[in-house]
Amino acid sequence: MSTDLLIRDERGFYCPPGDFYVDPWRPVERAIITHAHSDHARWGHRQYLTTPEGAGVLRVRMGPAAQIDTVAYGRSIERNGVRISLHPAGHVLGSAQVRIQHRGQVAVVSGDYKTEADATSTPFEPVRCHLFVSESTFALPIYRWKPQSAIFDDINRWWSANAARGLASVLLAYSLGKSQRILAGLDSSIGPIYVHGAVEPLNAAYRRSGIRLPRTEYVGETVKSAKSTGSRLAWAGSMIVAPPSAMGTPWMRRFQPLSAAFVSGWMTIRGTRRRQSLDKGFALSDHADWPGLLSAIAATGAERVWLTHGYSAVLARHLTHMGLDARSIDTQFRGEADVADADEPTATGQPEAEVAGAAEVEESGEDVAAS
Amino acid sequence: MKRFADLYSAIDESTRTTVKVAAMAEYFRTADPADAAWAVSFLIGRKPRQLVPTKLLRAWAAEAASIPEWLFEESYHAVGDLAETIALLLPYGESAQRVDRPLADWVENHLLPLGNMDETDKRESLYRSWAAMDPAERFVWNKLITGAFRVGVSQNLVTRALAEVAGVDQARIAHRLMGEWKPTAEFFRSLVSSETLASDPKQLYPFYLAYPLETAPEQLGDPAEWLAEWKWDGIRAQLIRRRGETHIWTRGEELVSERYPDLHETAAALPDGTVIDGELLPWSFEDNAPLPFAQLQKRIGRKNLGKKILAEVPVVLVAYDLLENAGEDIRERPFSQRRTLLTDLLERLPWQDRLRISPEVPFSTWGELTHARSGSREKRCEGLMLKHRHSQYRVGRKRGDWWKWKVDPLTMDCVLTMAQRGSGRRASLYTDYTFAVWDRPGGSLLTVAKAYSGLTDAEISRIDAFVKRNTTDRFGPVRAVKPEIVMELAFEAIQISPRHKSGIAVRFPRIVRIRDDKRPEDADTLDRLKGLLAVSPALSANDETGI
Ligand SMILES: [Zn+2]
Ligand SMILES: [Zn+2]
Repeated sequence: MSTDLLIRDERGFYCPPGDFYVDPWRPVERAIITHAHSDHARWGHRQYLTTPEGAGVLRVRMGPAAQIDTVAYGRSIERNGVRISLHPAGHVLGSAQVRIQHRGQVAVVSGDYKTEADATSTPFEPVRCHLFVSESTFALPIYRWKPQSAIFDDINRWWSANAARGLASVLLAYSLGKSQRILAGLDSSIGPIYVHGAVEPLNAAYRRSGIRLPRTEYVGETVKSAKSTGSRLAWAGSMIVAPPSAMGTPWMRRFQPLSAAFVSGWMTIRGTRRRQSLDKGFALSDHADWPGLLSAIAATGAERVWLTHGYSAVLARHLTHMGLDARSIDTQFRGEADVADADEPTATGQPEAEVAGAAEVEESGEDVAAS
Repeated sequence: MKRFADLYSAIDESTRTTVKVAAMAEYFRTADPADAAWAVSFLIGRKPRQLVPTKLLRAWAAEAASIPEWLFEESYHAVGDLAETIALLLPYGESAQRVDRPLADWVENHLLPLGNMDETDKRESLYRSWAAMDPAERFVWNKLITGAFRVGVSQNLVTRALAEVAGVDQARIAHRLMGEWKPTAEFFRSLVSSETLASDPKQLYPFYLAYPLETAPEQLGDPAEWLAEWKWDGIRAQLIRRRGETHIWTRGEELVSERYPDLHETAAALPDGTVIDGELLPWSFEDNAPLPFAQLQKRIGRKNLGKKILAEVPVVLVAYDLLENAGEDIRERPFSQRRTLLTDLLERLPWQDRLRISPEVPFSTWGELTHARSGSREKRCEGLMLKHRHSQYRVGRKRGDWWKWKVDPLTMDCVLTMAQRGSGRRASLYTDYTFAVWDRPGGSLLTVAKAYSGLTDAEISRIDAFVKRNTTDRFGPVRAVKPEIVMELAFEAIQISPRHKSGIAVRFPRIVRIRDDKRPEDADTLDRLKGLLAVSPALSANDETGI
């Protein structure tokens, strides 16, 4: 097959005949964005293209000045004889795999994906192709997700138990995607649900796209109105959903006495769970687990597979043994961070706006200041 | 099993002792006594021996998970724990295959029989067991069959929970738990019984353990109130003489009477109703001093104790304390009184070479004692023991009356190679480090220690920033960093260890300071560390933390 349908250059994945990038990490003219997580959607591109469902959250992240165009799932557009279409990746609301077709050859860039369907994103659809660019964040056979319904049961049980002990429950999770997925799984009969300032605008974007979420209150609002009426705040029994960067901040301490938990695929491993100074870890991820990755890759029928994120070398080796032409590609994608990653300086020395996770810092920072 | 796995998680996930105790008490109150007996047994660290060799376990788990060996190793590398790797790797069993058997049933009818099965049956049995469990149960199960079960509660907390359930004094529970017993429903009922029970002549007392002294001895006040002894490097033991029989227990609550025939003749001369706390030491009668601890290890390794080994490595009991005198429990009397009774008792013995009092190290000022301590290594001692003359003999590790005051540790300069986040209030900082030394000058780095204590908050943030800016590799919480920072590490002992890639293992490594004056190439080499083997005390049986 022609090798230059897709290449990886210093800016990211580039399609030379179509002259566009997918999820580039340096500013470019035309960027197709698989989803709005900060390692995939960076600031400074002249033109963004994503799905209509994803545009809302991308707007929240990129600000009002960004030029964002959309194309619906399954509809294709053409550029210089290259056919481009977006297909559901099941990762977060509006997340897409990018299908690129040129002269009979098809490449698909998956961005991040998961194979289990959830209530807050369009379910993953395998797309047949010759070259598949897959993530591999959790590409080890130890990562096998429990069905999300079982995790939600665990979370709701934990919340009830905390409520019975007079504690507030704080769930730390990515503000985009994970938070909304959790909210949709919470049993709101247990108590009131509050959200952090980083989560609130994304909830609004989700609701505007027609995703049903339980009633939530923005903590900043609650605090403000309590101040104006002089009433005392009681957090006992409530659920608070916040980004990992809120961990250990004065913002979080106000909910004491509390029990805090982190929601991430990394919580599968006991050592990692115990390392958090948190009471609990729930292994729920928006990335594919090992069986998910294998089935998704097989379903594409691709003979060439490029792997990004996390355990890419392991998956490349495994696929090679299975007879595929698979390799690990070095990128600046970050996969699923663990609890303190959201507030880290970058190792690459790029400007703040381009740093993975910077968006989390900004939004949470604003909320902390307001409180 | 599900309930026991839940109990395990509840204990494992919490750092609060009240939560742990409550979880245990709840379990003991509601579980079937037969299950509770096994639970107590496991929680206080009486685990079955390894029933399936690790190598087979790895192979069978890879097979059950349908993955090649290299992928199993990659997974193991990410998890860092064999039992957990296997628990996670295996697919969730079909719910139809899942069976929630009681803990006692699992242990008695599935776990213990593994020991007598041939390989084929073992494999079959394991496959069936794994399929019947969820990952949390499998984890606990795998820990049990590999003889590696451990959970974050001290025996003290377990006795506290039991005392709460039984409504009796904690010390009484601790005493009932000593020595030999079978985890049966009947045992559990008597354990939590509120009545006084007839005692077994073999029954030993809980050991009283000292805390390390970390301040200057001057803080202890008047030197006249304290008695100093050498901290002998042997095996802590209790010698019991009751009803004309001798029983010797180690601190690990192993009954080793037969292993020390050297002591029997002397012990037979003790009056009935005597219990002595002391240290088993290999002894040179020529030098009137202990032999190196390794000699005792050699003797312990022998299946049969022939005349030759008994002559080459004779063992004595250096007596520290008298716990029972003329059948009376005297642990609550002041130490000075117990010691006088002990001295009298030993002096009345016809032979005193095998049972000797731990001599007092005389001193009148703390300065004198500090000087005496510096001679510990030459005496093959780890330092000094300080005991308050009025102290009672208490249960477990307690602060205040008994202190161990060890000699200054050995040190090495190492390069920081990996970092992981801490726990507690430092969870967002990289505080847990892996250190390496050079295999040869200009060669490559070999991991020699992991350490996390010893830096100030300011130093920790500095290293944290360094780690974040100099990461070369990362997976989950672990980061490899550029080998640039040198730190001085102190440790208690160093030993040859084929299990470690570097070939050596150090005991209790901790950070002394950051050596900004040193470049990475100035860090120590393996040869220098091997040179320390000669002056290092052996890793002794008293070392409960291990490496
Ligand atoms: Zn993502
Ligand atoms: Zn990603």
